Amino acid sequence: MGKRVLVIEDEPNIIEALSFILSRDGWTVHTHSDGVNANERIRATPPDLVILDVMLPGKSGFDILRDLRADPEMQALPVLMLTARGQTRDRELAEKLGVNRFITKPFSNAEVIENVRALVTT
Amino acid sequence: MVSFNLLVAVSLAYVAFLFIIAFVAERQAERGRGKWLRSSLVYTLSLSIYCTAWTFYGAVGYAARSGLEFITIYLGPTIVMIGWWWVLRKLVRIGRSQRITSIADLISSRFGKSTALGVIVTLIAVVAATPYIALQLQSVTLSTAVFANASGQNWGAPELASAALWVAVGLTLFTVIFGTRNLDANERHNGIVMAIAVEAVVKLCALVAVGVFVVWGVAGGVGPTLDLIDASKIAEWSPPGGRWFGLIFLSGAAFLCLPRMFQVLVVENDDESRLSTASWAFPLYLMVMSLFVVPIAVVGLDLLPDGSNPDLFVLTVPLAEGRSGLAILSFLGGFSSATSMVIVATIALSTMVSNHIVVPIWLSSRAGGAMMSGDVRYAVLLARRLSIGGVLLLGYVYYRLSGGGEALAAIGLISFTGVVQILPSMIGGLYWRGATRWGAAAGLITGFAIWAWSLFLPSFGAGEVIPQIVLEQGPFGLAWLRPQALFGFAGLDPVIHAVLWSMLLNSAAFVIGSVLTFPLPLERLQGAQFVDVFEHSTGTRSWTHGGAEAEDLLVMAQRILGSTEAQDIFQREARLQGKEGYLPEVTPKFVEDLERELAGSVGAATAHAMVGQLVQGASVSVEDLIAVADETAQIMEYSSRLEAKSAEQERTARQLQEANEKLTALSIQKDAFLGQISHELRTPMTSIRSFSDILREGGASAEMQARHAGIIHDEAVRLTRLLDDLLDLNVLENGQGTLSRQEGHLRDVIDRAIAASVVGESAIKIQRKRAEEAIALDTDLDRLTQVFINLIANAQKYCTAAEPVLRIVVRKAGGRMAVDFIDNGAGIGKEHQEMIFEKFSRLSDHRKAGGAGLGLAICREIMIRLGGSISYLPGQGGAAFRVILP
Repeated sequence: MGKRVLVIEDEPNIIEALSFILSRDGWTVHTHSDGVNANERIRATPPDLVILDVMLPGKSGFDILRDLRADPEMQALPVLMLTARGQTRDRELAEKLGVNRFITKPFSNAEVIENVRALVTT
Repeated sequence: MVSFNLLVAVSLAYVAFLFIIAFVAERQAERGRGKWLRSSLVYTLSLSIYCTAWTFYGAVGYAARSGLEFITIYLGPTIVMIGWWWVLRKLVRIGRSQRITSIADLISSRFGKSTALGVIVTLIAVVAATPYIALQLQSVTLSTAVFANASGQNWGAPELASAALWVAVGLTLFTVIFGTRNLDANERHNGIVMAIAVEAVVKLCALVAVGVFVVWGVAGGVGPTLDLIDASKIAEWSPPGGRWFGLIFLSGAAFLCLPRMFQVLVVENDDESRLSTASWAFPLYLMVMSLFVVPIAVVGLDLLPDGSNPDLFVLTVPLAEGRSGLAILSFLGGFSSATSMVIVATIALSTMVSNHIVVPIWLSSRAGGAMMSGDVRYAVLLARRLSIGGVLLLGYVYYRLSGGGEALAAIGLISFTGVVQILPSMIGGLYWRGATRWGAAAGLITGFAIWAWSLFLPSFGAGEVIPQIVLEQGPFGLAWLRPQALFGFAGLDPVIHAVLWSMLLNSAAFVIGSVLTFPLPLERLQGAQFVDVFEHSTGTRSWTHGGAEAEDLLVMAQRILGSTEAQDIFQREARLQGKEGYLPEVTPKFVEDLERELAGSVGAATAHAMVGQLVQGASVSVEDLIAVADETAQIMEYSSRLEAKSAEQERTARQLQEANEKLTALSIQKDAFLGQISHELRTPMTSIRSFSDILREGGASAEMQARHAGIIHDEAVRLTRLLDDLLDLNVLENGQGTLSRQEGHLRDVIDRAIAASVVGESAIKIQRKRAEEAIALDTDLDRLTQVFINLIANAQKYCTAAEPVLRIVVRKAGGRMAVDFIDNGAGIGKEHQEMIFEKFSRLSDHRKAGGAGLGLAICREIMIRLGGSISYLPGQGGAAFRVILP
């Protein structure tokens, strides 16, 4: 059983794409598609890696990250953020909030795998 | 020879008689049977308190010393009664309509109910009247002393003083008993007026009796009397000079200004028609009173030894002739003259002192404490009684201090000159609206100061109050300030000198002060009520005359409410009454309504007063009301201008802030919009790129590959549609592109929209009434169809009901045709209803919608372009949109 990744994303096609390439790379992929309960989901069964979209229904990825980092046990959890807005301010904000990696959509599959591998050695 | 004890007994009996008269009159009035008490005869007789002991005894003395000049003292009032009755009528009317209680109240009330002016006038009146009261005490004691000495007692100063004290105490008691019985505000004293009327008859009879006795009993007929007169120096006729005019003016003015005269002329008078009788009857009374003055003086000078006091001839001539009965009658005449004057003067002065000095001080000293009304009444009554005692005490003290040595006439003239200082303010207040309280105060104080300096203080005798050197050289060597030669006018008679300068400078100060200052609104109102008291105070204007009154009310209402609003009110009422135009019948109900309207602008009290005065024809003219209204309007305009100014500044600041916020919002919106577009474009692109990567990398099953290719296709379509919508919206928002107008029917448009949006498996049920949809249209039908498609598609996507139903209802709304699209779902929350027409405002899961949240934004733009509108219709049970057709 490989490492566990939690993909928090609301676009079904993107979830499907990420699931496909991460599974192929040996991850056990869990998905979550709304912002509101994301933190509970993470804390209930902490994964080895979180892939977090910014624009989520109910609660933004930034808020989820902030809440996550406020929990001392969750400060070391690797988080890879995805955003479709692509503004530099978003990247700065994400880094301030303690993101580990930040990728702008659309991404290449290789880019995702490369970042994931850099964060967690499988 | 009459015994002194008999005199005392007769006097006491006379006093008891007066008590009974007063008591009975008071009782009659209380039972409402006192009409006769208020007849013109009683009124005229009560005016005779002008003839005091000074006239009774003093006129003879005056004639013996200065010849016919004494006539001037009668001529003044005669001229006023005959020639100036219109001033009196005005005074009486004002006194009645304003409920004036004294001359101090008149001045105070005229100048905006000024407390200070009331105090000033009261002080002047008290200071000026005190010598006069002392004079009456003196005449009573002197005449008593004549009898005492005649019956062998030798009265010295101590006896005189104690007699004066007893007289003062007796008068205080009488005045307190009958002067403060009435607790009413109207200040009318039936008992006292009746008593002084009786006394007027007694003194007239006494003087006539003495005169008849002198002419026919002593001189031996008319002929010998005339011979005697010719022989005496009284007959030395000197042509009337300035002193005559001065004295006539002085006595006439004093007749109007004396507090006691004001009391009987105005305060005690409740019917101005009595003036017409009095205007001839009172001069007649004066004439009879003066008829025998010269004969008595001549006979007295002839009969009695040199050095006899001519002021007492009326008494001493009968005594010398052994006519003790006549002498007693004469004594009673003098006694009547003195007591009636003192009683009325004391009532008048005590009213002023208590109302303008004692009560205000008492009230202010207990400011804040809760007051029972009974409490105040008791306090007012007590103040009145104490004031009566105080005034008489002052008179007694003055009598003791002055030593009683002055000739009666001299004291009288000094007193007159003091009291006429009120004249300029009074006459000015009655006839000049521009008179102000500052002018009145300046005039009163100036006149009073000059009177005190040039006449009153020197009257105590050289060196008594004013040092001899000041009299001769002026204060600090300033010769032009010499009391009896002001500004270098030496050689004038002291009284005339004082009258001249005090009246001149008093009037000048009054006029200048009034011109330089601006009246308060209350002063203007009071001024109008005083000056124009006749114009609107007759009380005969009836309410039911319609037109004129309605117009007056309209004019006033316009000033207060503004023309439009006032005209609306009047027109509405006129229509209700079935009349054309703006002038309804003035019904009580309409007046009430109008008053309420006005009260909203100027407050209830003012509105009530204004309407009441117009409606009941009370004492304010329309012009006056308008003046007040104008002023109010000016003040309101001014304050609203200030308000507007600050409101404008506030608005500017707010606009700036709003602009700033808008800019910020715009830039945020722009950021957000770009972010949105970026997101909407990148999301499908992400899927496309990722799955195309997967396809390229290969290794997936064919089935998987087909699926991934399908996703790529769908996302590409989504991307295209998004770009189409964006371009469409951009075109609409910028007003680009042309509309292709076509004629058609609403039914066809709906048909087409349903056909285009309801795809096979759709579960939504559409309810419509095709018959109602037969409406001809002339607009861009394709665009309208696009809107309908959007709305139907939205219902399909978002209606959450188990059995979704969409009703398409055609109805008339606000004069235009509207098509409502109502589903049976959960609807849209109030907080979102505003924003659903904004770009990218998707409320729920947008993947299901398959759009980017631009649909309603496009619909809105289309409807604006077409000249219709689209809005969310709340409260319909589900989501509801109303399209108002162009």
